[in-house]
Amino acid sequence: MEIYAFISFAVLAIATALGMVLNKNTVNSALMLVLNMVSIAGLYLLLQAQFLALIQIVVYAGAIMVLFLFVIMLLNVDDDEHLFDRFRVKYLIVTLLAVVVFAQILYGIAGVTDLLPELSSDMTTVGTVEAVAEVLYTDYLFAFQITAILLTAAVVGALMIAQFKADPETGEQES
Amino acid sequence: MTEITSASYIVLGVSLFMLLNSAALTVYAERRIAAFIQYRVGPNRVGPLGLLQPIADVVKLILKEDVTPRNSYRTLHTIAPLIPVVTALMTVAVIPFGEGIFVTNINASVLYLLAIASLGVYGVTLAGWSSNSKYSLLGGLRAAAQMISYELPLGMAIASVILFVGSLSIVDVAAAQENWWFIFLNPIGAIIFIIAAFAESNRTPFDIVEAEQELVGGFHTEYSSMKFGMFFLAEYMHVVINSMLITTFFFGSYHLPFAGYWLPEMSPLLKGLLDVSVFVAKTGFFVFFFIWIRWTIPRFKFNQVMTLGWAKLLPMSIVNFMAIAAVLYFLF
Repeated sequence: MEIYAFISFAVLAIATALGMVLNKNTVNSALMLVLNMVSIAGLYLLLQAQFLALIQIVVYAGAIMVLFLFVIMLLNVDDDEHLFDRFRVKYLIVTLLAVVVFAQILYGIAGVTDLLPELSSDMTTVGTVEAVAEVLYTDYLFAFQITAILLTAAVVGALMIAQFKADPETGEQES
Repeated sequence: MTEITSASYIVLGVSLFMLLNSAALTVYAERRIAAFIQYRVGPNRVGPLGLLQPIADVVKLILKEDVTPRNSYRTLHTIAPLIPVVTALMTVAVIPFGEGIFVTNINASVLYLLAIASLGVYGVTLAGWSSNSKYSLLGGLRAAAQMISYELPLGMAIASVILFVGSLSIVDVAAAQENWWFIFLNPIGAIIFIIAAFAESNRTPFDIVEAEQELVGGFHTEYSSMKFGMFFLAEYMHVVINSMLITTFFFGSYHLPFAGYWLPEMSPLLKGLLDVSVFVAKTGFFVFFFIWIRWTIPRFKFNQVMTLGWAKLLPMSIVNFMAIAAVLYFLF
């Protein structure tokens, strides 16, 4: 069961990653990326890393990708004529079927040759919130604080750039 | 993580059934209460007291013609209404309805709730975009902006509750309120949470997403028949679920006030019945509260919503969180 779930998630992750790169429509690409994030969260869950899986969905799929979509939609507003790249349901069905068949083939091969490693039994205690917090706030406290400062600096920098208003004639900052 | 037993499946089935039906009941309740608030009668023709009105509504929705605009983005237009319904149904997996009555108890269920809530935005946003209409698009964009903004104070308010509990499991959150409900210990957090919950479920005073006067029907302008019905269902399920969450996090979940001090020992069956009744009664009260607010308070402007979220609620929730953390660290 776990192996089958793993192969399905892995194939889905690769398929959506390819779909994201190959798709001509930006909104479709963004949605493919969301699916990719969710399938990777599923992979984390199979590794018993509950915290990582949930944070992956909260931060990437839930917040960052919504912002991406927001920007893409805003940019697309003027382009009414070519707003949609024709996408048909049959392609979607074909992709899903292909994923299932490919996963089954991989599952068959892996089942015969024992390619997949066993999950270590202490993984159940490593991936919990308590375990992550314990390490993060003791051994890696310095790195954690540095990252926090870096992110704060980035936010302040982004605000500075966003509030810079250029004078349309000279290109210099208006006071 | 607890084992999944047949009891979990029974709880899951019953709670999903109740949730789906509660949406229909809430629609009826909203129309009746709105009518009483406005000194009207409301729907009272179908069945006794109009109680069969939800059934008539659903039949009407299903039988109507399903129109998809010619230039819309067909696939996404069809998928979009499913997303809010699915995310709403997924939340019941972690809510405890009574002592030991829950579907599953995962170690990070609070994060799970936030994750599911954050995925719900896609339904509204994609509906707005795929309809290829400017009203829908504006509604969808407003929804995205509003939900992202209010997720932060919501998360901080929940975090301030977690400080008292010391565990990210909702079952532990509920159990920790046996003596003191968290509304008494953390009133500012409770207010912030209730406001953010209103915003997350797009209810008045935060229903700028579908402000009729400006945006026709908002993100669901181009939806008809059962696809519109799905959004309708999702909205009322979110009202019910947010009522459950307000109850669970701040109003003692399934505990009576100060139950730990005076409630005698009871047999498991009696205790289970009492717990579930208390929980349902509190949830019902908050559903009423949602409706009450909707017909009492006018809608905010968009800039007011953003100012409230980012400039007032977020700093307030962070200060509240830090104050509670300091008090708990230095005094206890």
